[in-house]
Parts: sequence; structure tokens; C-alpha cells
Amino acid sequence: MTATPKTSKDVQSVTGITVRLAGDSGDGMQLLGTQLTNTSALAGNDVATFPDFPAEIRAPRGTRAGVSGFQVQFASEEIFTPGDQLDALVVMNPAAMVTNLSDLRKGGILIANEDGFIEKEFKLAKVEANPLDASVIEETYRVFKVPMTELTRLAVAEHGLSQKIADRCKNFFAMGLVYWLFGRSLDPTLRFIENKFGGKPDVASANEAALRAGWAYGETTEAFGESYQVEAAELSKGTYRNIMGNQALAWGLIAAAELSDKDLFYGTYPITPASDILHELTKYKNFGVRTFQAEDEIAAVCSTIGAAFGGTMAVTASSGPGIALKGEAMGLGMILELPMIVINVQRGGPSTGLPTKTEQSDLLQSMFGRNGESPLPIVAPRSPGDCFAAAIDAWRIATECMVPVILLSDGYIANGSEPWKIPDVSQIEKITITHPEGADGDEPFMPYARDEKLARPWAIPGTEGLMHRVGGLEKEDGTGNVSYDPANHQLMTDRRAEKVAMIAERIPDQEVFGETSGDTLVVSWGGTYGSCHTAVAQCQAEGMRISHAHIRYLNPLPKNIGDLLRSFKTVIVPELNMGQLRLLLRAEYLVDCIGVNKVQGKPFAVTELVAAIKEHSVPQTKSKAG
Amino acid sequence: MNLPVLKAADFASDQDVRWCPGCGDYSILAQMKKVLPELGVPREKIVFISGIGCSSRFPYYMNTYGMHSIHGRAPTFATGLKSTRPDLMVWVITGDGDALSIGGNHFIHALRRNLDVNIILFNNRIYGLTKGQYSPTSSEGQVTKSTPMGSIDHPLNPLSVALAAEATFVARSMDANVKHLGAMLKRASEHKGTSLVEVYQNCNVFNDGAMAYAQERKQRPNNTVELEHGKPLIFGENKDKAVRLVGNHLEVVNTADVPADDLLIHDEKDMNPAIQMMMARMRYPEMPEPMGVLRAVEGVATYDDQINDQVTEAKEKKGPGDLQKLISAGDTWDVA
Ligand code: SF4
Repeated sequence: MTATPKTSKDVQSVTGITVRLAGDSGDGMQLLGTQLTNTSALAGNDVATFPDFPAEIRAPRGTRAGVSGFQVQFASEEIFTPGDQLDALVVMNPAAMVTNLSDLRKGGILIANEDGFIEKEFKLAKVEANPLDASVIEETYRVFKVPMTELTRLAVAEHGLSQKIADRCKNFFAMGLVYWLFGRSLDPTLRFIENKFGGKPDVASANEAALRAGWAYGETTEAFGESYQVEAAELSKGTYRNIMGNQALAWGLIAAAELSDKDLFYGTYPITPASDILHELTKYKNFGVRTFQAEDEIAAVCSTIGAAFGGTMAVTASSGPGIALKGEAMGLGMILELPMIVINVQRGGPSTGLPTKTEQSDLLQSMFGRNGESPLPIVAPRSPGDCFAAAIDAWRIATECMVPVILLSDGYIANGSEPWKIPDVSQIEKITITHPEGADGDEPFMPYARDEKLARPWAIPGTEGLMHRVGGLEKEDGTGNVSYDPANHQLMTDRRAEKVAMIAERIPDQEVFGETSGDTLVVSWGGTYGSCHTAVAQCQAEGMRISHAHIRYLNPLPKNIGDLLRSFKTVIVPELNMGQLRLLLRAEYLVDCIGVNKVQGKPFAVTELVAAIKEHSVPQTKSKAG
Repeated sequence: MNLPVLKAADFASDQDVRWCPGCGDYSILAQMKKVLPELGVPREKIVFISGIGCSSRFPYYMNTYGMHSIHGRAPTFATGLKSTRPDLMVWVITGDGDALSIGGNHFIHALRRNLDVNIILFNNRIYGLTKGQYSPTSSEGQVTKSTPMGSIDHPLNPLSVALAAEATFVARSMDANVKHLGAMLKRASEHKGTSLVEVYQNCNVFNDGAMAYAQERKQRPNNTVELEHGKPLIFGENKDKAVRLVGNHLEVVNTADVPADDLLIHDEKDMNPAIQMMMARMRYPEMPEPMGVLRAVEGVATYDDQINDQVTEAKEKKGPGDLQKLISAGDTWDVA
């Protein structure tokens, strides 16, 4: 199909663009952002996204609280973050403009839906006058005022459609204009429109008309002199797709089930930002996936333990507040020594906190959020695509050690997306699970006997001769019978801890980006990978002796971490919390670490990390200078 | 296949039973061991799941699979297990504090989902394991360790709660009437769907005789009525009293005074729970308390059947899952 016409205007080639689309929650900005992301990924760009939306489903229209944004960076080189400063900002109303403008770089492009800048909207946005009229705006940015509502109505009117339908299409007009500006193909979005609205031909044609009108506007309006082109990035060879974190996590769980020849049971209770894993998994019942939407968080985790007892691959997921409720049951899973995965898609806390904003403040909860001595392994993916592998990792550890494993994702990873090289599943190492066969001899079955990894046998109901009882009361070594014996409690506590600690023998050593010794080591974990990596790379390029260690296995930590920390003069630990990994590293290795911490519901900007790194790094010995 | 013939003793684990001497729990344990061999289900296919409390030690004493779980949560473990292993026979052992206080939420949700498990609720109207605080079924005004001036809570009636939660099988029995108890356990095990059996259980240490009006041989005939499907609710030591529906309430009558046609006939299969609810609410001393099967309705889909049927249906419709196809579907691009 010849869907996308060619521009006849000048095209300027650039290596990367960061765009943010901001409007009212009802303006369809998330859809616009997702489409731009997919289209850019399909064009071969590397992409990274940051959707940012309010917790309210229908926040008051036109207000600052109701602003929904979607930021995407697409580039012809490898990128790890959605970008700091914006090259272009599209705003649909005054509230979107005033809440986002400070991130637009000087000289950046500001596209405003002029029709949204009216008296009524100024009041809602709590601005005195039209913010577009301020002279400083025209002086600082390249401003394009586009009457999008009006133009969309005109475009759609030709199809004889009502104004009401037309007004719902203005995001597609904006999309068309953005696509023109950045030389994007219309094809993927046209396909999307057909798939999504095929059943409603009038809506489909209205959206298409709006999209094409937006493109044509860029092409024909004199104000837009040139467009920009971002070439394909040089990613490693393979077939790629765009993937979101929660989607990758769901698929990773399905993969882990398949690799271990198990059916998947997923017991959960709806909570932002974890619910999309449920929505995704429940589509795949033909993979043997059973999803259970429980009556509460506790029921969700307990059903998971019940399923694990029965020999199924069992997973529960939540976010911080829900994990707090699951704490007691996680302790039970730990003392029962049954394999399962507990996913925490972290969000801003404490309490209900910031449901739709990202944070990494549940690390200590994962480490210590249960009564008694109850260490659990923790695995943290570093990017949306990495969630796939992390899920498999978590299940491998869980089954090898007969222990619940915590998978710590976060809202930024969960809702973010990136190009993902589709793995060849047949090449992924299988997860071998053996359930003991029935014993008919006289030897009594020992449910708490241990193998070389200190794991106990996973004997499942239905197996003759292996009837046994498990429970939350302390168990006698070997027999698993209830025991209040002091020495036995010490022994079992030691064994359970040792079992988890021994995982360090089997996980890979901590990798380092850069030299393994030097002036500064940046240590990070989870969703901050991209910004930390980019910041360190930038500092390296400037000649600093700096390295980056991004930790995936947070408990136990890789064996070489202690030595690594001691090989640098300064250790900096940036985290989207008030210093949780830093506390653990200091406690464990008695090495001082400097924290760079923020909890503002937003990821780190690379610039702020670079500044912090420079501030804290040992001053370079001025060998060259006089 | 010839199953080995098992005896009650085959269901006893090697663990010493540690309830107080004289506790009603012993009788329930004995009846369970007696009934299980009659069901023809091999021991390894049976799982007992309990919460926390005196009664919840039960699984440790059974030579089956078992789990002593978390306070109030036993039904949720059972849900995960039965949904993924419908081949197993799952029993939930709970108490009044466990099921109705801390676990109230799970109790009603298990019932409404109609998971095919049997819930045996040991009701002693007191907290035993924590040494004598009042429970959600303790009487109003009851003086306990935590209510020195008398309880000001209005008690819950487990049968009413169960009916309100759309339970498909609701029954009541007591530790002291072992024959009846055995019969109820058996009926519960035969019902497809969630079965609830409330068992009046004497805690002779902290609430001795709280239900003596029903448990004591002499008082029992006057204060309880044994329900039989299709029969009137005749009770009294001389079998001379019955229950009649007048307007929207039940009343006790002398059988001699009213024609047999006027008496309330028990219908455990009635889908409409209205009259069963009225019967559940019959309380001593005004009314005889119902013993037996209050409700046993068939044909309501079970949760475990449905969750597994959906998997089967999805496999039939879409074919078994192909992981490589799944992750490769949709918009992709090649980098050479
Ligand atoms: S405290 Fe009461 S219920 Fe508990 S074991 Fe003793 S007698 Fe039985």
C-alpha cells in the first residue's frame, strides 16, 4: 500500500529525538505515544519510553492534575533512557503546557493545539492569561500554534461524521503532524486503526482522515519548513519487536512454565501498576495458564502457596502495599520451603503513595519485610525487555532452592517499552524439576531432608507413600514434624539462610561496565539501569576513571561485589529511594557509599546523575594540567 | 482396580495428639478417621488444610497430605490447590475465630465460588489457643478474659453467613453426637461444591458447657431438631413438637394441636434459601437449633471445574500454546 506520501520539503538528519506528548487524560496521549513508539521501533530506531499519567481514572478535565504525558526517545544509536530534555513538546491544552514546558530545551519545538487555549481552559489550568502569548515563549522556543480541533473537524466532516466523533480524533491529527515532522511512516498506525476500529467503519475512517490531515498540514503549511529524519539504529542482528515491561514479564512467566514443563497458576489481586500482568496472562489459557483474581492480596499469595504445594508453577504479584499484606504468607512460603515467585511492581510509597509513579523504595521491604529470620532471594530486571529473562531466572532459582523468589520490577519498567530481540526459545536452558516418586519401602519419607543445594524434596499430593504435613510451626530437621527444640530452631534457621546464601555460588559474578578498578564506581539496580549507564558512559567519554555495576541479583549479592566496591576510591549509589541499597552495601561490606537519591515519581535524568557523579567523585589528579 | 481396604487407624499419623483431655476435637478427629476409609479415596489423594487455632492442629494428626497454614486463610490455600489439582479431595479445617473473624473474607468467598472442598468449622464459641478471649460466635454478655464486663458484640451465625454467601451445602452437627457427625462428614464429602459443616465443639477448658443445651443427651431432644429432607421438623423428648411457618416467621407448635399439613417440611434442595435462612436463625432458647443438612443444592458449577474447563476450551479453540509464535507475533522487524 502507498499509505505514506513522501515529503517534498527539506529533511534534516539527526541521531535522536526526544518528544513528549501531553494533554488531558481524555485526549488519548498514551495511545499517541504508543503508536509513535511502535512506528519508530519498526523504522529500526532504538526507542525508550516513559508514560506518565495520573492515578485518577477521570481526573478533572483540563486541570493540571489531569495531565497525561508520554515521552519517547528514538535514535539511530543505542539508547538506554527516554531522554532528559525534550526536543519537541506537543501540548493539547494550557494545563499540559504549564506542567511540561520546563523540560523543553531552549530552541525546542512546541506544538500547541490552539483550540485548546481558550478562556475556560485557562481557568481550569489556573493560569491568568494565554500562556502561549507570553513573549518569552516565542523568543525561547520554536512555537507552532495549530488549530487542531478545527482542522480535525474539517477533515472528518468530509466523511459526513458528527462533530462528536471528530472531536475524539484530534489526537490522530496531532499524530499525523508529529509523523510528518519526524518522517515516520503512517502504515503501522493505519493498520492499528483498521484492527482496532474495523468494526466501526465511521470511527475508523474518521481517525484515518484526521491522521492524514495532520500529515498534510505539516507538508503544506509554510510554518513548517523542514522535517527530521532519524536513521535506523545499529542493533545486534536478529528479529525485534517492541515490548512493554509487564508484557515481557507475563511472557517470561509463560516461558518459565514451558521450560520447566509446568502449568502456570497466577493468583493476584488488582493493583496498579501490576494488573497488566494479569490482563496479559489471562489471555493465554491455552498455554495452561490459570489466573485467579482473589478476594484480597492475602488470598492471592496464599492461593499461590496452595498451588505450589500441589506441584504447579505458582506466581503472585502486587505492588508495595499489597506486598505488605502478603508478608506473613511469604514467610510461610519460606518456612514451607516451596518454590514460587512473588512479583512486586514497585510504585511510590509509603501506604497508597503514588500509584502511577515509579519508585524503588521496596528493596528493604523485600529484604526484611517479614517477621522472623526469613531471607528470600531477590531478582530485579533492569529494563522492560529484561523482565522476560528475569522471570525465567526467578523460577530457576525458586525450583533449585525450593524457596519463594521475589522479582522486583517497578512502574517505570512495567509501563515503559523498548525494542526487544526476540529470543529463540529452543535455545534457552530447560528448568529441570524432579518430584520424588512414591516410596513403598519401610523407610519413612523425610520431607525436610536436603540435597547439595540444601533444597528439600518437592513431594506433591497424589504421590503414594509420601504423605506428609507442612505448616508454619518450626519443623524438625528431616522429618518436618513440629518441633520446639531450641537447637533445632537454630539449625533450621541456619539452613534456610545458608540455602539462600549459597545461591551466590551459582549466579554469575557481577559484571562491570568499564574498568574493574578506578576512581569511581556507580552501583545501581532495577529500572535506573538506563540513566546510570548513560551517565557513566558520558563521564567515561569525558575521561573520568569511572565504572558502572548494575546489580540484578540483590539477595544474595554476587560474590565479587565486596572486592569490587573496595577497588574504587568512591562508590556512588543512585536510587529512586532514600538510600536502601546503599544501606545494604554499607552494612554488608563496611564500605562507604555515597547516595544519590530522589523520590519524585520520576526516573533520573542523565544530566542530574552526571552532575551528581562529578560532585561526588574524587577530584581528578591534574596530571596533564600545570 | 482393587483399592486396599483401609481402616481408621491407617489415617492416623505418627504424631501425638495434643489437645486438652476432654476436648471435643478428639471426637471430630475420630469420626473423620472412621469416615475416610468408607469414601474409597486413597490417602495420598486427600489433603487437609487448616488455619490457626486449636482445631487447626488437625492435619498433623492425619496420615494424608496436609498443611497447617495461616490464621484465617485456609480456604485460600485450598483454592489454589484445588484449582490446579482437581483430582485431590481437599478438606479445610477451621474454627469460629479462624473462619469468621480473621478469615471472614475468605470464608464467604470460598463459599460463593463453590470450590469443591469440604469446610469443617469447629465452633466452640471461644478462642482456645490464645487462652480464652471471646470469639465472633460468643454470646452477648459473655464474660471472658477479654470481656470482663460481658461481650458487647452481637454474635455471628455461621449457617446464616454461609447461606448469605450462596453456599450450596450447609450443615450442622456436634462433637457429642458421633453418629450424626460421621453422617454429616460423609454427606459433605459427597457434595460437589463447597460443603460447610458447622460442628458444635466443646472447649472444656475455656468455655465448658457453652452448648450443653444442645450437646447434653438429656437436653438435646428439646433444644435441637434433626433435619431430614422432605420431613417435618419434629423434636422434643416425646417427639411431640414441630415447627410451623406463619407469615414470614417460624414458630414452635405441639403436633397434637395442628394438622400435619400445617407443619413446615424441610426442603434441603430448595434453590431459594429463604426458608433455610429462617431455619438457620432458629436459636436456643426460643427455638430448637437445627442439626443436619440445611441446604444441599446440586447443579451449581464449581470453581475448580470452571477454571479447568476454560483451559480445555481455550486449548480446543486456539490449539495448545506455541511460545515462539506468541513472542514473534505482531509487528516485528529484522536487523541484518
Ligand atoms: S483449649 Fe479448648 S478447644 Fe483448645 S484443645 Fe483445649 S479444650 Fe480443646
